[in-house]
Amino acid sequence: MELPADCEPDRQEGSSRREFIRRLAAVSAGLTVAAPLGRGAAVTQESLPKSPPATADGPQGWTEINLTVNGNSERLVVDPRVTLLDALRDRLELIGTKKGCDRGACGACTVHLDGRRVLSCLTLAVMAQGKEITTIEGLAKADQLHPVQAAFIECDGFQCGYCTPGQIMSAVACINEGHTSSDLEIREFMSGNLCRCGAYPNIVDAIKVAAAKMKGGVN
Amino acid sequence: MRPFLYESSSSVQEAIARSGTGSAFIAGGTTILDLMKLEVMNPSRLMDVNRLPHMRGIEMREDGLRIGALEKMSDVAAHPELVANYPVISEALLKSASAQIRNMASIGGNLLQRTRCGYFRDVATPCNKREPGSGCSAIDGENRMHAILGTSSSCIATHPSDLAVALVALDASVRLQNEVGERLMKLDDFYLVPGTTPDRENQLRPGELITEVRIPRLPWARKSSYLKIRDRESYEFALTSAAVALDLDGDTIRDVRIAVGGVGTKPWKLATVREALVGKSLNHETVVAAAKLAVDGATPFPQNGFKVDLIQRTIVRALVNLGGLA
Repeated sequence: MELPADCEPDRQEGSSRREFIRRLAAVSAGLTVAAPLGRGAAVTQESLPKSPPATADGPQGWTEINLTVNGNSERLVVDPRVTLLDALRDRLELIGTKKGCDRGACGACTVHLDGRRVLSCLTLAVMAQGKEITTIEGLAKADQLHPVQAAFIECDGFQCGYCTPGQIMSAVACINEGHTSSDLEIREFMSGNLCRCGAYPNIVDAIKVAAAKMKGGVN
Repeated sequence: MRPFLYESSSSVQEAIARSGTGSAFIAGGTTILDLMKLEVMNPSRLMDVNRLPHMRGIEMREDGLRIGALEKMSDVAAHPELVANYPVISEALLKSASAQIRNMASIGGNLLQRTRCGYFRDVATPCNKREPGSGCSAIDGENRMHAILGTSSSCIATHPSDLAVALVALDASVRLQNEVGERLMKLDDFYLVPGTTPDRENQLRPGELITEVRIPRLPWARKSSYLKIRDRESYEFALTSAAVALDLDGDTIRDVRIAVGGVGTKPWKLATVREALVGKSLNHETVVAAAKLAVDGATPFPQNGFKVDLIQRTIVRALVNLGGLA
C-alpha cells in the first residue's frame, strides 16, 4: 500500500482512529489518564450481545438472521427494528460505515447490496438476508487499496473524513454504473452523498482519476 | 421506532390476508422506515412484499407498457424501451431522490410516498393528515413548499412524487389487488384531494396492494419530457414541475399531454390547458395563454404566492423546449 508521507504518522503510532476515540471517551468520562485506557472505556464485547438479553417473557419478535458481509457469513439475533447500519456498527463492529442523519438524507451509511449502492440506515437488517453486503472494510484486497480509495487519498477527496466511506462506496457504484462521462454527470449521480466540509471538487477529481484507472483494468 | 412484528410472504393472498388494522406493507422501505423512526407511522406489523410473485417486470405490450410494482426506480429509469417510448417517465425518475434511494425504492412505494410537509413529519405539531381533527399548522405557518391547487381548510400539503406527475399526464392506471379480486384504476382517480379527510390520500383499501402500473400505448409520447424546478439542482423535491408530451404536425399541435407537480395536493392534470393547445400552432403566445389556465382557481398562501407565476413559466418552458422553440 502506497500512502503519501503525510498519511503515515497515525499508522506508525500503531493506533487506529477508533482507539483514539476510545481514549478520548475515556478522558471525557472523567477517568484519569493513568486509568487503563482503550479497553477501559471501550465498547466491550459484553455490551454488544450477539443474542437478545434474557427476559422473563423473552424478547418480542427477535429473529435469527444470517448476513453475508464482505464474504463472511454472520449469524445474529436481532429485534426487527435493527437497521443494517446498526447491525454492522454495533453488532459486527464494522464501524467504517458511518451514521450521519439516520434518515436517508446524507449518504454516509452507503453500502452495496449485491453490488448496488443503498442506504443502510433505511434498510432493515432482517431484509438484507440473502444478499451480498459490501462495506468499506470489504473494498481493499488485502493491503491493496481499491482504486477509488487510492484516488481519494491522491486527490485529497476529504477533510474531516466522516462522509468518506459513504462517498467511496457511492463512487465505486457510480463508476461501475457508467455515470462518469462528465463532471456534471458525476455531480448528479453523487448528489446523495453530502460533505459538510465541501470537499466536492476533490471528490469529483478522485472519481475521474479512479474511473480512468478502473477502465484501464487496474481493478 | 416502536416495536413491530416482521413478516414476509411469497403468496399475495397470504400477504393480504395477514394484513389488517395496524399493519403495513414494506417494499423498499425508504418512506416507511423514515416515518417510523419519526414515529409518524407506527405499524405494529410489517409485511415484507419483496418475495411476492407477478409484481416484477417491465414489458412493452400491444396496449402499452406494464411495470411491476416491485421494480426499482433505477431499473425503470434505465429500461431501454421505456427510455425510447416514454422519456418523460425516465426523466421524472432520474430527477427524483438520489442514486441510492432509486436503487431501493419500488415503483408502487413511490406512488404511495407521503407528503414532505414539515408538520406532517413532526409529531409535536398539529396535522390533520397525521392526526385527523388536530388542525393544519401549515395554513398559518411555513407554507413556502405547499400547494396552491386542490387545497382545503384542512390541508395544503403537496404530493411529492415526480413519477406520479408523469404517469398522470400519460393517463396511466394502477392495478390493485385485494382479498376478493383485482381492479384497474386511472392513477388520476386513484389520488384524492384532501377535502375534510386529508388522512385519506388515495383509494387504496386496507390490505390492498398496488401490483402493477399500466401506461397506455402512445407512440408520440416519444416526444415527451419532465421539467423540474427546485431550490437545489439535484436531490431535492419540486417547487414546480411539468410533465409534457407533444404530438406535432408541422407547427400545429395535434395533441398534448400535460400534468404538473409541486403545486397540487395531488399530481395535477391540466385538461383545460390541453384543450387550449390542441389544434393551435405552437408558438410562444399560444403557450403563454394556455399556461394561464393552469392557475385558474389557484389559492396562494402567504409564502407560496410565487408558485402562481413559477408554474406558468415552468409549463411554458417545458412546452417551448420540447417543441424546439427555444
